Amino acid sequence: MLKWIPLLPLIGFTINGFWYALIQCRPGAKKAGATIPGLIATLAIFGAFLISVKTFLELKGMPAEGRFVEQHLFNWIHVGDLDLKMALRVDSLSTLFTLVITGVGTLIHLYSIGYMSHDATPGKFFAYLNLFCFAMLMLVMGSSLPILFLGWEGVGLCSYLLIGYWYEDLEKAKAGKKAFIANRVGDLGFLLGMFMIYTHFGTLEFTKITELLARGDFIAAISPAAITATCLLLFVGCTGKSAQIPLYVWLPDAMAGPTPVSALIHAATMVTSGIYLVSRLNGLFSLSHTAMMTMAVIGGLTAFFAATIAIAQNDIKKVLAYSTVSQLGYMFLACGVGAYTAGVFHVITHAFFKALMFLGAGSVIHGMHEEQDILKMGGLRLKMPVTFVTFLVGWVAICGLPPFSGFFSKDEILWNAFASPHGSKLLWVVGAVTAAMTAFYMTRMFYLTFMGKPRFDESKMGGAHDSHAAHGHDDHAGHGHADHGHAPQGVHESPATMTIPLVVLAILSIVGGFIGIPHMSWLEEWLEPVIPAHDPATFTAGHTTEYLLMGVSTLIAILSIAYAWKTYTNLKEASARKARHAKLHETLEHKWYVDEAYESAVIQPIYEMSVKLWKNVDVAVIDRVVLGFGRVSEWTGQAARTAQTGSIQVYAVMILIGLALSLGYLVRGF
Amino acid sequence: MNTENLVAPWVVQSFCAMIFFIGLSGVLVRRNILVILMCVELMLNAVNLSFVAYAHQLQDMGGQMAVFFIIVVAAAESAVGLGLLIAMFRTLKTVDTDEIRLLKE
Repeated sequence: MLKWIPLLPLIGFTINGFWYALIQCRPGAKKAGATIPGLIATLAIFGAFLISVKTFLELKGMPAEGRFVEQHLFNWIHVGDLDLKMALRVDSLSTLFTLVITGVGTLIHLYSIGYMSHDATPGKFFAYLNLFCFAMLMLVMGSSLPILFLGWEGVGLCSYLLIGYWYEDLEKAKAGKKAFIANRVGDLGFLLGMFMIYTHFGTLEFTKITELLARGDFIAAISPAAITATCLLLFVGCTGKSAQIPLYVWLPDAMAGPTPVSALIHAATMVTSGIYLVSRLNGLFSLSHTAMMTMAVIGGLTAFFAATIAIAQNDIKKVLAYSTVSQLGYMFLACGVGAYTAGVFHVITHAFFKALMFLGAGSVIHGMHEEQDILKMGGLRLKMPVTFVTFLVGWVAICGLPPFSGFFSKDEILWNAFASPHGSKLLWVVGAVTAAMTAFYMTRMFYLTFMGKPRFDESKMGGAHDSHAAHGHDDHAGHGHADHGHAPQGVHESPATMTIPLVVLAILSIVGGFIGIPHMSWLEEWLEPVIPAHDPATFTAGHTTEYLLMGVSTLIAILSIAYAWKTYTNLKEASARKARHAKLHETLEHKWYVDEAYESAVIQPIYEMSVKLWKNVDVAVIDRVVLGFGRVSEWTGQAARTAQTGSIQVYAVMILIGLALSLGYLVRGF
Repeated sequence: MNTENLVAPWVVQSFCAMIFFIGLSGVLVRRNILVILMCVELMLNAVNLSFVAYAHQLQDMGGQMAVFFIIVVAAAESAVGLGLLIAMFRTLKTVDTDEIRLLKE
């Protein structure tokens, strides 16, 4: 039964993929539209969701020690001592991930039916989406590191395909390439880390690694440096996949893909795989204090810097992208201070509210006819009521106001950063400041988008077909709006396939936090078999402090929201303030010039080196050698050619000479 | 069997060799394809004679057997050769090997 969870999306991919590649791709083929491929894909992932739920219920009925389901599919690789089985294993950790992936994935698939209705090649899009889900499910369900790696690479590939989906636009194709290459850098780290694990543990299966980790004598035999190196290498892999400093640069650019893709990659699936890996191998990471510290510091820094950048972005999706990077930093901060449960908790709540916000933003963009600049929006609360209300929920959740889901998970992280044995006050300060900034930029985005007066000219909206073509909706202009049940012009609310997922996600964003209420956390108890719970005695602060900090962080969020609200109510004053801090604002708007720095520090040198290698090695040496061989054989041929006179008698004489020589050799033996 | 009246073997073999080399030099020297073909026949028959002589000398019928085969093959060869020759003459209007250098072109 277990195998059907990843298999169903794979089947969906096969159907849609072949249908697209063999039939719809043909010139003159009838366009299938988004509905049927979309339904196939949605049903596939929904089926996977139902099985995930069934598996979850099965696990729920089991005792905590033996809480796992396993299915052995086939023997994959058998070489020497290495015996790799293709096996799926779902335990309390991975079941949460499968639920989130398939659940949120289903909603995103459903949403895409509406969102992609104008697209030229929806069959291809849905095939990619399903393939993506398949890879992600393999990642979380694999019973050993190589299977995880298989999924790890699979999501990398699919992110490339989906981000560069509108590849006619060079910028978007470049964004896909960037995501792929940044991920490859991380993957190298992951691969090396995996080799290290095999060298020291002699196995790649999670269960066996966990068993070995529990044996003190075995661990004592491994040098601490090796463990630290392993953890850091794996963490390099995580920085790539989960967009941490220094490899986070691909994620904001990945906004070039269709918005549902952003929601799927950045909220529900791919970026959380780093957290999954760390939580899965939490026993290993906990052994190395250095690795933990690195993880916490990198996470904290990423959270902080990404939040500062998000403040100055005007593209609604860019704000969300940096917010995602920032929230992922939070999760690694949690893992770094040993609070893996809090990290996983934040993965789940973040999946809800961030998917909600991405889809909400997609709805806004769809309704605004591909307008992404929040400075050109405003007052959308009246035009798009459902989007407005659901987005409101997402906004409150990410700002961390109780009792919305973001509050619980964020607070859990902040508390652990403050009080856990690995944590420190400084990390808490970074986290709290980031929380304040998060509330600020989210309020800014929310206010500029939905509140205030409209800052766009609606009469121009309906006719703005040119901009659609520029955004890759090539056939948009050809169809006209009326075909799709749109109002002929103007800003409009999105169709039901898009609003239903928003509503469901909004409800989840409200209630999602209740699985991890402090001191009666269902989640902590559930994850106990995989992630050992903290011993409260090791905490450096008591309950009173905890509640106090909770209050402080809520207060910070409220103050920050109020400040942002006040600032952006008076837009003139806001822009005047912006002008006063022009230099800072420019730096932030240019993302601390990180892309530029990478360009000059990494990309340019590599490019120049490539040019040099090309000219000095390829052209000067290799080409010369190859062409030289050609010239030598040509010359030899010219010389040998003179012997061929064409006269029969000359040939006969040569045959005679040859015969005489051969006979002479045979008779005399020279 | 009275051997005294017979020709000595070396005489016969020398004779054969002579005919063979006459044929060979004809193949190498003459320019007319028809003559070349005839010279080839000469070489074949020299070999035949040599075979027969050895067969008699060594009292082994294998030599005579070989001769039969050679005669058959030679007949076929000359039939094919003459056919080719005629075809060649029709298209090229010559039988002079100096003028036929198709292999080089």
